Amino acid sequence: MNVWAIHALNGVSFGMLLFLLAAGLSLIYGLMKILNLTHGSYYLLGGYIGLTVVRATGSFLLAVAVASVSVAIIGALMERFFLRRFHLQELPQTLLTFGFLFIFADLALWIWGGNPQTMPKPEAFGHSVQLGAITYPSYRLFIIGIGLVVGVLLWWFQEGTRAGAMLRAGVDDEEIARALGINVSLLFTLVFALGAFLAALGGVLGGPIMGVYPGADFEVLLLGFVVVIIGGLGSLKGALVGGLVVGLLDNFGKVFFPEFALFTIFVPMALILAVRPTGLFGRE
Amino acid sequence: MSALVVQGLSRHFGGVQALSEVSFTVDAGERRLIIGPNGAGKTTLFNMLSGIFTVSGGSIVLLGRDITRLPPYERARMGLARTFQITNLFPRLSVFDNVLLALQAADENAFALHRPMRASRHLYRRAEALLAEWGLASTAAQLAKDISYGEQRQIDLILAMAVQPRVLLLDEPTAGLSAAEVVRVVALVHSLPREMTILMIEHDMDVAFDLADRITVLHQGRLIAEGDREAIRANPQVSEIYLGVE
Amino acid sequence: MSEPAPIHTRPWIAAGSLAGILLALALPYLLSSYYLGLVIKMVIFALFAMSLDLLIGYTGLASLGHAAYFGVAAYATGLVALRLGWNVWLALPAGMLMAALTGALFGLLALRARGSYFLMITLALSQVLWGIAFGWRSLTGGDDGLPDVPRPDLGLPWSLTDNTPFYYFVLVIAGVAAFLLIRIVNSPFGYALRGVRESETRMLALGYNVWRYKYVSFVLASVFAGLAGCLYVYFNRFVSPDYVHVVRSAEVLLMVILGGAGSLIGPAIGAALIVLFENVVSAHTERWLMVLGFVYVIVTLYAPRGLTGLVQDFRKRSARP
Repeated sequence: MNVWAIHALNGVSFGMLLFLLAAGLSLIYGLMKILNLTHGSYYLLGGYIGLTVVRATGSFLLAVAVASVSVAIIGALMERFFLRRFHLQELPQTLLTFGFLFIFADLALWIWGGNPQTMPKPEAFGHSVQLGAITYPSYRLFIIGIGLVVGVLLWWFQEGTRAGAMLRAGVDDEEIARALGINVSLLFTLVFALGAFLAALGGVLGGPIMGVYPGADFEVLLLGFVVVIIGGLGSLKGALVGGLVVGLLDNFGKVFFPEFALFTIFVPMALILAVRPTGLFGRE
Repeated sequence: MSALVVQGLSRHFGGVQALSEVSFTVDAGERRLIIGPNGAGKTTLFNMLSGIFTVSGGSIVLLGRDITRLPPYERARMGLARTFQITNLFPRLSVFDNVLLALQAADENAFALHRPMRASRHLYRRAEALLAEWGLASTAAQLAKDISYGEQRQIDLILAMAVQPRVLLLDEPTAGLSAAEVVRVVALVHSLPREMTILMIEHDMDVAFDLADRITVLHQGRLIAEGDREAIRANPQVSEIYLGVE
Repeated sequence: MSEPAPIHTRPWIAAGSLAGILLALALPYLLSSYYLGLVIKMVIFALFAMSLDLLIGYTGLASLGHAAYFGVAAYATGLVALRLGWNVWLALPAGMLMAALTGALFGLLALRARGSYFLMITLALSQVLWGIAFGWRSLTGGDDGLPDVPRPDLGLPWSLTDNTPFYYFVLVIAGVAAFLLIRIVNSPFGYALRGVRESETRMLALGYNVWRYKYVSFVLASVFAGLAGCLYVYFNRFVSPDYVHVVRSAEVLLMVILGGAGSLIGPAIGAALIVLFENVVSAHTERWLMVLGFVYVIVTLYAPRGLTGLVQDFRKRSARP
């Protein structure tokens, strides 16, 4: 029974990381209709940059800040100078983000080498706590907490602000947006940067649990895709629910069928596609 | 048998009620004009009739058959054709190939993988004949995106009529055309066989009243008036919504 | 589309084709075994790229996971040849059958969606396959792959272990496959695919069952990709998860985009160029992945319609007075 609780919490904490990733992916898609394949790279870079900062300064907090912000800047630059040129042209944008995925993957390999690395947990959460009958790492609880906080903040942004209203409407009509006094091009850049920020945050927070290693970008991108396929692309709720589902499934899959862990993800994905192709909370 | 019976048709999507409880019947061979201000739901209605939009409530019976859940291509097979308000041709294909595709749809070889297209000589001859009939033979080799707007609207009509539909939906066929071109379109519609049932969305009131046997008026997703020309002309509600628009 | 070539160019095209065929036949006597191997690789990838062009260029469905069928067929053929000792006349169809079944399944799932969803799903499905290839060590050898797959034994006096006879073998098969693809795209089915690419709604309004066209196109594309995969496993005498990795899908997609989608010949040329380019780059640096990424960005920015697009633009500009 306790074992189950531990596995479930593991799944939930991993699911929160996936939520951060998928939320960013959905935000970007919901507003700009861009399927950002570079998203996995943002996660990866977040982890690597965070690792470097932790090693250099010993401060986990600084690592989180520097990693997330620097990747957000990278995202903003990508949007501003490359993606913007192909506004609403799906294939060129996808190809560009695909290209950057490879560039960053190789760049990371070049800079940080091919060996998997581990990131130390922050001292504040280096210990385990007592939860009823089980002893559980506080760091993972911290991640769950962060995920919930981010979720609430994003929810407020989406429901409570004009920019958020635009996001919900899945804006095509820039004229309306401008009429509402929204600087559309600035919003695009900011939201893209926000998405990148979230992915990198996931990457640096995930470092102590999953390690930082080449190939994490592709792995996490796949999981992110499965999350939005299940939850619905463009939906925050979907990113959360999908994230938790995939996190739990991935975890239990690895525990019970290590050689076939991917099947546990494939099956629900196939089911959703068969029954509700736009995902649980997606819109057409 | 009526050509089209629409009963309690509704559509809501994304919190917007695009169409509410619309009901009407169109007789075989009738020329029915659908008019109404922008946003009244006219194109939504056409999209639901042709099957591109799903139905939230109500039913559609075409030529005696309930097509409410029938996919669009099956409706086309039954003899329903339509034109589009926003030009919807095959832009990077030649005008000739555009027409060819329209003619091929009903052809038995439409799914053949092994024989060359050129072997379908009967389709090629028919396409040439159609283009010649319409005076568009000179555009045959040009890409559909490269011809003039007026020519594109004509191709739009050719595609819809290529397989001699029984029910034709014309979505604003005169939009954006010059006065001379409008005259041609009106003459064309007049010349269509009487067996063909035609529903037409029009903004140009002169054209609408010229062609209509009966007129259905939509406003904010609801059917607010229906009748022959005189009845509609005299209808105070209709005048009210068109005040300032005419 | 398909206007016959202007009469005055026809003798040139005929002469050019003949010269091309003669050159292709003479190549083993002009090149060393190593460079011949490179040409074999070019031919195989040209077929692979053409199969993807059927999907992207003609049907308008961009897939980010086309390597799935390439790899599945390679593994299937490799396994039956290696573990069951099947000869090529059984192993090759077995591979193609596996590719077809995978395409049939994945197509059913992916075609439930459109646009970005479709892209995501094709990518996700191919990566799941990669995960299986990587994880199922007992079957696939995992990361180590399956080595020592024997070259086909055709029962002829010339052993295909030598690149020269193998080259002719690949040339014939790829040639037949290319011929079939050309036939398909110029058939009524192929014409309808182009219509689907240009405007699905119009095709539906005309009475075409668009889904069925897309699905058949998807499965056909996977079969031809599978054939390329079978040839490749015989060529390399080895198969590994790399065959189904995203990078492989990205390479073949770039071949199509670079060459120019929708022409078949464009992607074939694109394939040859990328194979050559990769060979040169890999000799000088390990950073092939980064270079690949840069080529993606550059091609998207400056030549989105690929080489055939550039040629068309050039012709238009020369034609203007």
